Amino acid sequence: MIESHIPALIALTFVVFALLIPAFGVWRTEYSQPLSVIGSGLAAVFSLVGFLNYLNEGSLRYFFGGWEPPIGIEFVYDGMSAFFVLVINTVAFLVLIHSRQISKMEFPGKEMPYYSLAMLMLLGFNGMILTGDLFNLYVFLEISSLSSYALISIGDRQAPFAAFRYLIIGTVGGTLYLLGVGFLYTVTGTLNIIDMSAMLQLSEIFDNSAVFAALILMIVGIGVKAALFPMHGWLPDAYTYASSTSTALIAPIGTKVAAYILFRIIFWLFSIDITDAIAPVSYIVGILACIGILYGSIMAIAQSEMKRMLAYSSISQIGYIIMGLSLANPLGFAGALLHVLNHAVMKACLFLVSGNLRMKEGHSDISRFDDSYRKKYPWTMASFSVAAISMVGLPPLAGFFSKWYLALGTIDNENWLFLAVILISSLLNAVYFFRILEKVYMMNPKKDQKEAAEAKKNEAPASMLIPTSVLAIALIVIGFANAAIVGFLFNIFPV
Amino acid sequence: MVDFFLGHYAYWFTIILMCVGLYGILFKKNLIKKTIGLAIFQASVVLYFVSIASKWGDVAVTVKDYNIPVEDVSNYLNPLPHTLMLTAIVVGVATLGVAFTLLIAIYNRYETLDEQELIDKMK
Repeated sequence: MIESHIPALIALTFVVFALLIPAFGVWRTEYSQPLSVIGSGLAAVFSLVGFLNYLNEGSLRYFFGGWEPPIGIEFVYDGMSAFFVLVINTVAFLVLIHSRQISKMEFPGKEMPYYSLAMLMLLGFNGMILTGDLFNLYVFLEISSLSSYALISIGDRQAPFAAFRYLIIGTVGGTLYLLGVGFLYTVTGTLNIIDMSAMLQLSEIFDNSAVFAALILMIVGIGVKAALFPMHGWLPDAYTYASSTSTALIAPIGTKVAAYILFRIIFWLFSIDITDAIAPVSYIVGILACIGILYGSIMAIAQSEMKRMLAYSSISQIGYIIMGLSLANPLGFAGALLHVLNHAVMKACLFLVSGNLRMKEGHSDISRFDDSYRKKYPWTMASFSVAAISMVGLPPLAGFFSKWYLALGTIDNENWLFLAVILISSLLNAVYFFRILEKVYMMNPKKDQKEAAEAKKNEAPASMLIPTSVLAIALIVIGFANAAIVGFLFNIFPV
Repeated sequence: MVDFFLGHYAYWFTIILMCVGLYGILFKKNLIKKTIGLAIFQASVVLYFVSIASKWGDVAVTVKDYNIPVEDVSNYLNPLPHTLMLTAIVVGVATLGVAFTLLIAIYNRYETLDEQELIDKMK
């Protein structure tokens, strides 16, 4: 009974909690964070139920108000969206648990609007994933973007300017996407993705040059949100200056959802044949992703601030996902989607670690890290090590397997350039993560023995430590369970 | 050729408007002017959608013309893009609201809205 309403319930949960939080917040601000945890937890449970339902009964199309598409609006709950919704809601749930202490420190008194906006942003992301309608997707895109501009602007002194630059470039991206939708609408007369993709197969429609223009406009527009290489300029500042919670919430989720839209557009809406009919679009996107991978890794090495380093590393990791998309074979597809899961967990874990350090030390500046950290923060640094090693891609941690399948995908396509990029960037990843591990674990104890002896265990509170550790353990579990996950991902590859 | 230019005149104006907006976003140094450029850019896409709905010699759906039978759909303009654009206009207004709020926060912190000065002050 409830299973058939899951798609609407997920979106509805976030709407209800986005309104409940201000309603309670006017008299009790401290209820905001628990309410947001309940909201995202409920959504995570719904997405788990929906995911199990998908495994048993296959994909689900939810028609709003009983109006069948193309007239009505629908939510599509197929394997791809079930997987994404489950990943982002679970990660968001853990990050919101973690945020209790740090939100009191970083923006005291602003919890009520903050968590309400966080719910709205998650509503936008879930809506983008679930919707089967191109214009609806634009509206959800703007809901999530507008909330994330506001969330990013809460933070350091420079945060509003970083948010403003993101707003300008993000809105241009959204508007270009809307123009692309307009082109497609004039050609096909429908906005429903399934309906439109059936029409685009007809030769008299895809011979129209407007279709190709629409494809490019949509890829550029969504590429801005995904921080695809030339459009990545907003990302480092936005992630660095935003408060720890905002970064931990937006970084693992936001760019992945944009990558999901690219998957939907290229594989489901246009299909790979039409995408590459006029120009090798998917190959060009892959080349851009490769440049992004190398650029992000090299810039990450040059950073001394941990959050900024992780931000550049995000640019590089999103490149892997989009590279997997451009390979357009089942191995690359599975690798890319597995990397979505892995990167969401790894990046959330790493940003939570930087949040723990900011909470306890007041900074996350790598040059000031020393060996006392391993005594002061044993669990935080252990989680960091797991996530960092997974990021570099050493077996048996999760990060190895996504890179492995991506590498197999490049070999399958005989695309040696992409394979070389994967290998080189893994080495670069090792450079920028191992320098932190070296400082914390390998260096000789300080000359000043007195200070070293004084370093006692000063771990972050349990509400922050548990989400961090759960994410780190999840990386090990995903690593061992990768065969099951990849088997599932092979099944949802659109032929 | 002349027919092509005159027949699509609404689109030419849309393209000009879009270029004006992009110029403002890219080359203006003042952040308020950038925001205005953004608004013009969004308006151009809204106008594009409005113009794709119309046909030569059509009637708006809300105007009941007894000379045109209701079944004769080709004589009425397409109402769907118009309704879509109502939502897009709301999105645009919300974007401007957020943009100006951010600008107020920037001005309170740095007392300037010139991009170059801001970047200098941040270092």
